[in-house]
Amino acid sequence: MKRPRRISDVFLVGIPLLFLAYFFAYPLGAILLKSLVTNGRVDLTPFGDVFNRGTLRGAIWFTAWQATASMLLTLAMALPAAYVFARYRFRGKSLMKAAITVPFVLPTVVVGTAFLALLGPTGVVDLSGTVWLILIAHVFFNFAVVVRTVGGFWGNLDPRLEEAARMLGASRWKAFRTITLPLLRPALAAAGSIVFLFTFTSFGVILILGGLRFSTIEVEIYRQTITYLQLPIAAALAVIQLVGVTSILVAYSTFQRRRTIELPLRPSEEVARSPRSTSDRLLVSGTLIISGIFLGTPLALLIVRSLRTGTGFGLAAYRSLATQTSALFVPPIDAIRNSLLIATAATVLAVTIGMMAAVIVAYRTGLFSRAFDVLLMLPLGTSAVTIGFGFLVALGKPVDLRTSPILLPIAHALVAIPFVVRTAVPVMRSVRQDLRDAAAMLGATPARVWRRIDLPMISRAGLIGAGFAFAVSLGEFGATSFLARPATPTLPIAIFRLLGRPGTFPQALALATILMVLTAASMFAIERFRFGEVGEF
Amino acid sequence: MQHMSGARRSSGLILILALALAACSQDTTEPANTQRPEQITLLTHDAFAVSDGILQDFTNETGVEVQILTSDDAGTMLNQAILTKDNPIADVMYGIDNTFLSRALSEGIFEPYTSSSLSAVPESLRAGDQVTPIDYGDVCINYDKAAFENNGPSVPLTLQDLTDPAYGDMLVVEDPATSSPGLAFMLATIAKFGETGDYTWQDYWRDLTTNGVKVDAGWTEAYYSDFSAASDGTRPLVVSYASSPPAEVYYSEVPLDEPPTGVLTDGCFRQVEYAGILAGTGHAEAAGKLIDFMLSPEFQEDMPLNMFVFPARSDATLPSVFAEFATVPDHPETMDPGLIEQHREEWIQQWTEIVRS
Repeated sequence: MKRPRRISDVFLVGIPLLFLAYFFAYPLGAILLKSLVTNGRVDLTPFGDVFNRGTLRGAIWFTAWQATASMLLTLAMALPAAYVFARYRFRGKSLMKAAITVPFVLPTVVVGTAFLALLGPTGVVDLSGTVWLILIAHVFFNFAVVVRTVGGFWGNLDPRLEEAARMLGASRWKAFRTITLPLLRPALAAAGSIVFLFTFTSFGVILILGGLRFSTIEVEIYRQTITYLQLPIAAALAVIQLVGVTSILVAYSTFQRRRTIELPLRPSEEVARSPRSTSDRLLVSGTLIISGIFLGTPLALLIVRSLRTGTGFGLAAYRSLATQTSALFVPPIDAIRNSLLIATAATVLAVTIGMMAAVIVAYRTGLFSRAFDVLLMLPLGTSAVTIGFGFLVALGKPVDLRTSPILLPIAHALVAIPFVVRTAVPVMRSVRQDLRDAAAMLGATPARVWRRIDLPMISRAGLIGAGFAFAVSLGEFGATSFLARPATPTLPIAIFRLLGRPGTFPQALALATILMVLTAASMFAIERFRFGEVGEF
Repeated sequence: MQHMSGARRSSGLILILALALAACSQDTTEPANTQRPEQITLLTHDAFAVSDGILQDFTNETGVEVQILTSDDAGTMLNQAILTKDNPIADVMYGIDNTFLSRALSEGIFEPYTSSSLSAVPESLRAGDQVTPIDYGDVCINYDKAAFENNGPSVPLTLQDLTDPAYGDMLVVEDPATSSPGLAFMLATIAKFGETGDYTWQDYWRDLTTNGVKVDAGWTEAYYSDFSAASDGTRPLVVSYASSPPAEVYYSEVPLDEPPTGVLTDGCFRQVEYAGILAGTGHAEAAGKLIDFMLSPEFQEDMPLNMFVFPARSDATLPSVFAEFATVPDHPETMDPGLIEQHREEWIQQWTEIVRS
């Protein structure tokens, strides 16, 4: 495969590599070495300790299987919605598309209260103490990952292939299974890998909904570090987590490499149509209603509770947010502004670096490109405690960045880059070479070919990636909570503070509702964003 | 669809970017010239809050500016201080409590300092010359008044009462492995029932487990998902703080004559929060002034309504909502920080074995 020659590989590889080396590999290496080296020698006994303890071995096994189950369940449950959003036009579509990202952003402690109320002892069904509560919460949080990644790709697939199969007598299901599904594979694998990594390092959901029975490597790293101050064991667990994530990523990268096909991509606006037949309408409305109930009920519960006052319903909690700042230390509006600024900076950083890296991953073959791909994804599968403390250990010199506010967007960008890369690469790889050749034959310069053929298709994927990056940053809680940070909190941190004291529950939910609205509005705005001369795609 | 012009879009984007960069860079520069006031950094936990203007008063009095750095909780903060002890990220650390104190002292992260105001603090709160007690709070079982008013059992009076089947499925506690009040309550039971004898703390927890105690990951889940006075939950007894009832009154959106919750004064665990000067600071003198200020009546009297803790100074005036509704147990359980450090992990593991079964 070729790539535009004008852009130098050194530049495209160099900048992402430097960023990841300084802000990921170096801090990670520094904290692991500091924890595992005693008297100048690497001490491997913590690894023995990990494998000798039943609870830790159990956590390793549970981590792997719940992540696999969560990934498969999320793919299965979100695929119909991805299809409906990709293929149909209906009223309120862009608003709904923006709204499905809301769960992805909400702090787990907020969603935890809703899940405990709905699926706890006093709820609709009592699932407390079962693994189902964890799996359902994981699907809830990651639903948007599948809809956006797979749906974004699906929306550009030419439906004529499938229509041809239908015309030749294939049933809807057979056409999907034999034509569409194989074509979707790169996007499915991309979404699946992200969901897997996200749930592999799941922390809040396990802690809040898993009770004493379920524990992941991430939860154990937290306990060993924060409660017991046993850094060597935490480091051994972090290494085991890293090895697990790396082997999954290597397998994924091998799989994806073999499956890529160039595809006739088309603008999504051209592909989508209104539901015509009764079965179309049933499919669209059925999918939307079921997804809406699944995602909407916990959110609605939170909003209703934010409006509940001692005597009835009203905006008292919102009003007291505006007046009573002492519970927060700063006015909530500062937290909103802070979150938006950080999210903007993180998005710019993640999209710039992620798109550069994606070009290399998509157009370059060979061992280097694959290793690069794995490295880009790793931060998503690395323990937040480890990274957070790694910053403290490593970034003191030459410039002391350990307590600098710029660490927040950087930490968020590390988590967001995999999203940008994974949404962009399947699209980049699918751009047909014959289109580029035709344009070149007609006299277009390589740069013009890139701008007129590749860019329009890629920029759409870039926007989806940007939306993810913004959402990741708005909701990020993991690494953020292990940094020593300035007093102005981000929204999730402010919500967490309000949930930590008696009497401020309604205010916490009011702020969570504001975060929901802000998320939906940002996703809506990002979806509408258009680059100057690049048309709709 | 209406499109804004590309140029306007990008200028908007550039503006946002510039704002973001400006916001990010403003605090990173060290004061270079001597005209600017001396700046010190206070590392504290997420619950830290003071009233507007209090820190400004300190700057006006001493010429020292305070920058706040917040950590998630005391455990996270202690880790951060230990990991950076060769090159500290702050000058003063506040919020380390007696459950973590011993580790902090053995790691040598503090520089000795004795505040001139220490004499106003009761002897029982002091802990050597490396840290200064600033405030304390008691972790106690709270009860939902309404649940015990009607035809149910009467309000329990002792920890032992909670093993009575009459209080079955009523108590919710926090996991000591992930929650600070959860750890404090477990320590209270160890201090009260002891490790040896006819009836040990482990026997007590076996009885609680038989009687249907529920364990949640943290205070938030216990209080806001299971405690019947603060949620739709069904449990009228929760491990919380002695200061929770006044907080319920203070934050209530409808004026309350009295709190909806009460405090069981048996089996409370006293958490003392300390401040200390981080060893290796270049601003030891200014750091000492900040600790003195934290013990001043102004700061001490400001703390209760911001952090819902009791001031360490015995002569500090309590706000009316505290004076009226807060309970201070006469004989809270305490434990030597060294003993806690030595057994924390072992005790938590034993506890987990018992309640899991």
